[in-house]
Amino acid sequence: MSEKIIDVRNVSKWYGAFRVLTDVNLTVEKGERIVICGPSGSGKSTLIRCFNRLEAHQEGDIVVNGIPLHDKMRNVGEVRKNVGMVFQHFNLFPHMTVLMNCMVGPMWIKGVSQAEARKTALQFLERVRIPEQADKYPVQLSGGQQQRVAIARSLCMQPAVMLFDEPTSALDPEMVSEVLDTMTGLARDGMTMVCVTHEMAFARAVADRVIFMNAGQIVEQGKPEEFFKNPQHERTKLFLSQILKH
Amino acid sequence: MLYPDTVESEVLVHKPWFVAVMFAAIFALFLTFDLSGTSMGELMRPVIGEPLESGIYGRFAIAFVIAVLFCLNVVLIGFASLRVQITIVWLELLLLFLAFFKTFNLSLPFMAEKLPFLVTQGLFTTIYVSAISIVIASAIAILGAVAKLSTNGFAYAIASFYTSFFRGLPLLMQVYLIYLGLPQLGFIIDAVPAGILALSLCYGAYMTEIFRSGIQSIDRGQWEASRSIGFGFGITMRKIILPQALPVIIPPTGNQFISMLKDSSLVSVIGVWELMFLARTLGQKSFQHMEMLISAAMLYWGVSICLELIQSRIERHYARSKVR
Repeated sequence: MSEKIIDVRNVSKWYGAFRVLTDVNLTVEKGERIVICGPSGSGKSTLIRCFNRLEAHQEGDIVVNGIPLHDKMRNVGEVRKNVGMVFQHFNLFPHMTVLMNCMVGPMWIKGVSQAEARKTALQFLERVRIPEQADKYPVQLSGGQQQRVAIARSLCMQPAVMLFDEPTSALDPEMVSEVLDTMTGLARDGMTMVCVTHEMAFARAVADRVIFMNAGQIVEQGKPEEFFKNPQHERTKLFLSQILKH
Repeated sequence: MLYPDTVESEVLVHKPWFVAVMFAAIFALFLTFDLSGTSMGELMRPVIGEPLESGIYGRFAIAFVIAVLFCLNVVLIGFASLRVQITIVWLELLLLFLAFFKTFNLSLPFMAEKLPFLVTQGLFTTIYVSAISIVIASAIAILGAVAKLSTNGFAYAIASFYTSFFRGLPLLMQVYLIYLGLPQLGFIIDAVPAGILALSLCYGAYMTEIFRSGIQSIDRGQWEASRSIGFGFGITMRKIILPQALPVIIPPTGNQFISMLKDSSLVSVIGVWELMFLARTLGQKSFQHMEMLISAAMLYWGVSICLELIQSRIERHYARSKVR
């Protein structure tokens, strides 16, 4: 009945001799909101970057939206069309206006007409609540606005799943909430999401499942209430006590 | 630009010690040269009497007047606004140049007579050869840069061999090698195509390195963002990476264009009737070398100034997305 969007089986990855991911198993179902947390260097970013093959895994299988990810360029292209990604440092295209940033994906990948791409772009910019910035260049926007544009840019491709790689880590405290609000809105509308983040309040409010990673392995996962109230693993307890201390 | 400190300080040329040092230096300089025999001495005749007999007093007076005029000039310019300062200094330097050329006693009618041919034949060929070479060199540069950055062993080897070879040989030698060497292989090549080929290959090699460093200067995140949307290599390169690399690439490339314009004079050795070739041959008959060389020099300079203006226009265009 339920539909698997991302299916990760026994995935391992090495950087040279260093093993970053060890036997990771994970399924993400349609409409599921997943938060991945863990200490830095635990492999959480690497893992979600494997989902659209910005990184290659060496062992195991990753199937995204029914398409197995391997070396074939065609498959990778298909997968990337269906997977949106939001980066820590926004990575907007600085030489294009905000509107163009949102239009180029549909125009150049899907062959959508310029007028239609424009309509879609404005619609999603409206949704992240910055339609008035459409004709500005990214440098003219605040960090929070840039990140919301980045979200809109990904949404314009109408992906099956959105990946967030620490989307608020580079933002001023005041701007974190505007981005999190946008993400919460997305979650409410039923978007399938995988977020690497340290925003525990967001995880508690939005996530269906919280995953804790350490040293390249999934150590613990569960519903947010249980995960925060009653962590099983020693490493999880330590991590939670560290980040919830202040 | 150099971002100036916000601390206010007096203009350098208005500081007494600076003016004093400047005055002393100019005075000493002109005291060592005896200018009493020049037109400056003639101008000073009411003060120093017969210039050639004025002796040490004449030299002293001339040096003193020049130093005073110079310092006064500099101090006064110091009061003007930046734009006016730049214009005045440019004009004054230009005047000094003209005064220098005047000492050659050039025959203006001769220059006027030869100038049309120098422009229609010489300058035209120079621009024509350089323009075609620039286009070809840019195309080679993009290919070369991509090849040098690729993980394909063949591409990298060929590209690095190419840049190493063509950067390692004098351009003059490349011109000879292509013009005289290709016929050995059975390709009879005309002087103009040979020149264009040599210039393109040589400058393509330099520009390969410029383009490579420009492409490398783009943050990895741009590649990742482009790939994550689903763009392949072609679109990523053409629409995302190169447009951002251009602002980095353009200043050194503008340099190369100007340099190419002048290095195109090297193809005169294989008998192409471009500006340098004509400048040397037209004056020969009547031993009026200086006239033609200076005319050609002015033409080269004029075209270079045009290229500089174009470059600054393009740079301003690309500065658009950087303005807050």
